Amino acid sequence: MRAVHTGPAPLAVKDCTLIAIATGRRAQNLRELRDHVLDVHPGSIYYHFWGGLLRSRFDQPEYNNDFAAWARNGLHDKRLAERLGVINPAAYCNLEMLRQELIEVIEERLDETEFIPWSKADQQFQFIRAQIILFDTPWRIRAPEELAEITPKLSVGSIFYHFIDARCCTPGGLDDFRAWLSGFPECRDLCAKLAAVDPYFTTLTELRQQLTSIFCTYFGRG
Amino acid sequence: MTTNLLAAYAEVAGEDVVNHLCQLSAPLKGMQVVHVNSTRIGGGVAEILAKLVPLKRELGIDARWEVITGEADFYKCTKSFHNALQGSPVNLPDASLRLFEETNARNAEKLRPILEEADVVFIHDPQPVPLLKLCPRRKGKWVWRCHIDVSHPYRPVWKYLRGFVTAYDASVFSLAAFSQSLPHPQYLIAPSIDPLSEKNIDLPDEEIRAVCARFDLDPSRPMLLQVSRFDRFKDPLGVIQSYRLAKTFVPVLQLVLAGGGATDDPEGEAVLEEVQAAAGEDPDIHILSLPADAHRTINALQRAADIVVQKSLKEGFGLTVTEGMWKGKPVIGGDTGGIRLQVVDHHTGFLVNTPEGVALRTRYLLHHRDKLEEMGRKARRFVRENFLLTRQLRDNLALMLALTRAHNDQIKLELA
Repeated sequence: MRAVHTGPAPLAVKDCTLIAIATGRRAQNLRELRDHVLDVHPGSIYYHFWGGLLRSRFDQPEYNNDFAAWARNGLHDKRLAERLGVINPAAYCNLEMLRQELIEVIEERLDETEFIPWSKADQQFQFIRAQIILFDTPWRIRAPEELAEITPKLSVGSIFYHFIDARCCTPGGLDDFRAWLSGFPECRDLCAKLAAVDPYFTTLTELRQQLTSIFCTYFGRG
Repeated sequence: MTTNLLAAYAEVAGEDVVNHLCQLSAPLKGMQVVHVNSTRIGGGVAEILAKLVPLKRELGIDARWEVITGEADFYKCTKSFHNALQGSPVNLPDASLRLFEETNARNAEKLRPILEEADVVFIHDPQPVPLLKLCPRRKGKWVWRCHIDVSHPYRPVWKYLRGFVTAYDASVFSLAAFSQSLPHPQYLIAPSIDPLSEKNIDLPDEEIRAVCARFDLDPSRPMLLQVSRFDRFKDPLGVIQSYRLAKTFVPVLQLVLAGGGATDDPEGEAVLEEVQAAAGEDPDIHILSLPADAHRTINALQRAADIVVQKSLKEGFGLTVTEGMWKGKPVIGGDTGGIRLQVVDHHTGFLVNTPEGVALRTRYLLHHRDKLEEMGRKARRFVRENFLLTRQLRDNLALMLALTRAHNDQIKLELA
């Protein structure tokens, strides 16, 4: 069970990585994709929406989740890719709600197409899930203003764990920074600024810069 | 505590990476781990184990590497397995399968005490896969590590081997596309290179020049290089065809096909002869049959090359791709298997499907030197982030933790 940081106890900074596990499930056409999405391990939904953030990237991907990318590159269905690509996983309280939205979009497309879109045999969608490995770090944040100093030094794994993974695993979908800052009533405005950050359509490096900028501005650091 | 060896890796891969290894290995200290494969020299698996095992020991794990042995006909049979798993139809008579099982039974007699006592056993590729059934009093977890592209195996052979694999506690594949219907977790762990090995360390310019001179290569002229065992799946004849197509536009082009044999590969000689025949009298095609320990020579050739080619038709992973990228070279690779994981099309190189594709991309890169260099820089960065030994070791340790402790979807570690 994930620890929820609610201040004013120090925020223990963690780092993380994902270890991928093949589910052995694969889809070659849209109907097969739908059938697997119906009951695949929830960790697989998580991995295909969020896991890409921890993979190396050279530029902004056209689509931010693996389902949309496969719709475009495997099925060559641009319309479906656009609809899947716009799904914002951060907007759903839990993975089951996200799964339902995914099924809804796929079924809508199945309803309106005369032929089921399919991919070549070597471009099937491979369902993967992940185990998260959680590392400790020497960092302990004791006061809110330390966030301005420590955040630029955090690894992308730490940003992922505290700002993204936390939303999927804590009640209310709060990131760890906001959960911890909620123990400091004077930081209510800061929490509002953090709530406005879109963690999905960006890279973790950019996200770290964005968070650093918010903390530095708020605490009046250069 | 960070040892000298770990400190050396920290310098290349970063302090954080080594810190993670220490955290992961702390609960595994003293554990007996055995890796088993079928050759100590030659090929990617032997190269990885030669580095992975000492590094595990450095982290306090009692790791060892055992090699099974057999007669020539055993290796002929296992080479047929290899080809069949990569999709080639092969005819395996019952006598070959009997020999395969008998050879494993003989090896089991010798290895049984070690294997049955081990906490974790990693069996690499199909050659030693029957060992699990031959160790009935095993107490540890057994993992089948498949390094081969088994995305479309020849079904009768896979059906036979699957009978051995299903009893394992987990398997490891390099790519999701290689995973199979198996009743246990299938981890996805890409192979890696050792940045501190003779094959990958920085070399002085004079050593690179000396290697060029030794093989009569002109360092002032562009050079294409494929480093691979002489194996039909590596398509050396396709590379020669590509070179000839490109040479009509770049007459000064040189091609180097460098490879060695592995003791478990009986087909290498025949393929080498085919390649020599195809090269004919062309003085700019250099076919180098190198000993298995010619690591520095290969390192120098990769550094001397302008473009690294890996035109495989099937490829489990392709460590030579990673090696080339680590030396800052763009790679033109076959659009298959593990090459797709490494060559990010138009970023770290190009994925191609034909000899014409290799020729086209070669011409492009040689005419756009700025692009060639930019891709090379990206390629090195990509390897640093994804394909160094430390990452593979991390995944390996995580797998061991997940198997031996009742971890579910989260493995939580603490500072040592």
